[in-house]
Parts: sequence; C-alpha cells; structure tokens
Amino acid sequence: MTKTIVITSGKGGVGKTTTSASFAVGLASRGYKTAVIDFDIGLRNLDLIMGCERRVVYDFVNVIRNEANLNQALIRDKHIKDLFILPASQTRDKDALTPEGVAKVLEELSKTFDYIVCDSPAGIERGAHLAMYFADYAIVVTNPEVSSVRDSDRMLGLLTSKTKRAEEGRDPIAEYLLLTRYSPKRVKKGDMLSLTDVNEILAIPLLGVIPESQAVLRASNTGEPVILDEKSDAGQAYSDAVARFLGEEVPHRFIAEKSHWLKRLFRLKEKEAV
Amino acid sequence: MNISDKLTKIIHYFQRSEKTAQLAKDRLQIIIAHERSKRDKPDYLELLQKDILDVIAKYISINKEDVRVEVVEQKEGCSILELNVILPNSADARSL
Repeated sequence: MTKTIVITSGKGGVGKTTTSASFAVGLASRGYKTAVIDFDIGLRNLDLIMGCERRVVYDFVNVIRNEANLNQALIRDKHIKDLFILPASQTRDKDALTPEGVAKVLEELSKTFDYIVCDSPAGIERGAHLAMYFADYAIVVTNPEVSSVRDSDRMLGLLTSKTKRAEEGRDPIAEYLLLTRYSPKRVKKGDMLSLTDVNEILAIPLLGVIPESQAVLRASNTGEPVILDEKSDAGQAYSDAVARFLGEEVPHRFIAEKSHWLKRLFRLKEKEAV
Repeated sequence: MNISDKLTKIIHYFQRSEKTAQLAKDRLQIIIAHERSKRDKPDYLELLQKDILDVIAKYISINKEDVRVEVVEQKEGCSILELNVILPNSADARSL
C-alpha cells in the first residue's frame, strides 16, 4: 500500500524542500521505492536541491496535460536507484494543477511506489492545497519563531478539514512536527522558543529537531541533499527523523547545547580518574 | 562618532538583553487560541454577522463588537443559531 506524505508549513523559507529532499533520500536508501514531487508550480526548486536540474525534460504539468507520460517525466536520482523526482513546471498558469490531474498522477505512481513525498509550496493557494489533499501523513516543518509557529497551526487546521481523508470521514492524516533551524544556544539564552514551547503550542507528535547548520547551505550549493552528509549534525538529525517515521525509537540528539571544549576535557579526565 | 556615543555602545555591549522567548510564547498562545476558536465555525458566520450588523446599524448606532453571532451545537444532530446584540443605554434611533 503506497503511503503519501506531504511536507508542508504555510510559511516560506523554513526548510520544506530541504526536508522533502532529505526525507525522500532517507526512505529510498532504506529500500523503499520513493517518488518526490515538486508542487511549487512556477517556482521549481526541488530539482536544484536534488542536483538534477539539468536533466529536467518533462514536468508534472506535462504529465497532467498528457504531453508526456509519467515515465518520461520522472528523473532517476543519481545516487539512489529507488528514488525518482517529478519536477514542477515553470508555467505561470495558476490553474495548471487540477485535482483530477494530481489524482491521476498519484494513482499511477501508487501502482509501483512505496512512498510518495509531496513537497508543498508556501502559502495556502492551490499548489499547497493539492499537495496536502491526498496525503496520508503530514510533516509540518516549523522554525522556532512566531510567524512560522502560527502558520503551522493554520496548516494543521487545514489538514483536518480540507483534505480527502477529512471529506470522506476516514481516519485523519497523521501529523508530525519537524522543528528546523533550531539553535540550542539561543534557546538557553532565552532568545528562542524552545522545543517544549513549540510542542506545547502545536501539540502534535515530534518527528525530529534539525539544528541550525552550515551543512544545509553547503548541501544546497552542491545539490546533494544534506542527509547524504553523514558527518553533519543536520544530516544525522534527518536520518534520525526518517528512522522515527518508520517506527524506530531513536533518542533526540542536537537539542542541548554542546558543552564548552574545556568542560568536555574536564569530564573526560573525571571519567579516566574513575 | 563622539565619546558619549562610544560609551553607550560599550555599556550596551555589557548589558544583558532581556529574554524574549517567553514573550514570544505568550503572544503565540493568545493569538492561536483566538484563531482556533474561529476555525471550527462555518464560513458563512462572519458574512452573516456583517449583514446583521448592517441591518441594525440602519436604525441604531452600534459597535461591531456588540453583535455576536454563534452556532451552538446541540446534542440531537441540530444546532442553534445564537444572536446576541447589546444595545447602547439610550438606544438613539436615527431619525429616518
């Protein structure tokens, strides 16, 4: 049974595409056949983050309009064999995405894929609506910052009312929180909403905390999703989040401030003494 | 830059800035509670409230906050439309 995941947030720039790319890589590298779809019609960017921008020939809208078939539009990832990317179109036609068209593409994908990851655009317009409409799972990407938390709450409201599952009265979409750009240092200083604060306000299960990390910009520069940077804190945090999504129990890392190197040295000495 | 400017800069540097995260949390809790209470209401409620307000305002000068329209869920599959209008003390009817 194919599972459809929407990566959403309401607010822009919080890390939806970064998360979509890393999550798709994470699922596919564990052997699940995965497709990741860019729903941001007119502002295609997932292709850049996945490093396949020069291999785009046909796109999502071409498939919807029967100008190309799905296999022509799907781009096979260069690293992982079970991963495919469906790029967004660059058309300025706001009505290019139709509910029937999206339903058709998702239905065809679900014949062969285990997971479909839908990268939602920012806002609450058509693209965002259709990205969440068919979902079974929602990952709400949130920054520890007031406008992002408020927008996330708004998206949670839409997820419980404006989706296929809600309309058909089936089990609701499973919602998860992914807190990104987290800085334990600033939380400790009292200048950033803490994990507990955000969790208390949004009240949905926590999938993971991605620390503010230089690795994320490096990853987008090179077009290799940050999860592939296994040495980086953000990469490891994404791996953990994927594992948790698949039901593994993984303790949260990167939520406390790194102790000063002198303190660490001191503790090491203490251990040796014992 | 004169000396006093430099001095204030130095003082500023050593001052501990106030913790702002708590304020962020308080503000969020209030606005989100407010928005959630509106979320479950049907879409037409706001329009209905505006229309009713317009009708009343034709006869009486009234504040927007003094008209409250609510749908109260009842047990046996029906809802009650509750309309609450607070009239000013000396309901000065406009001479029409």
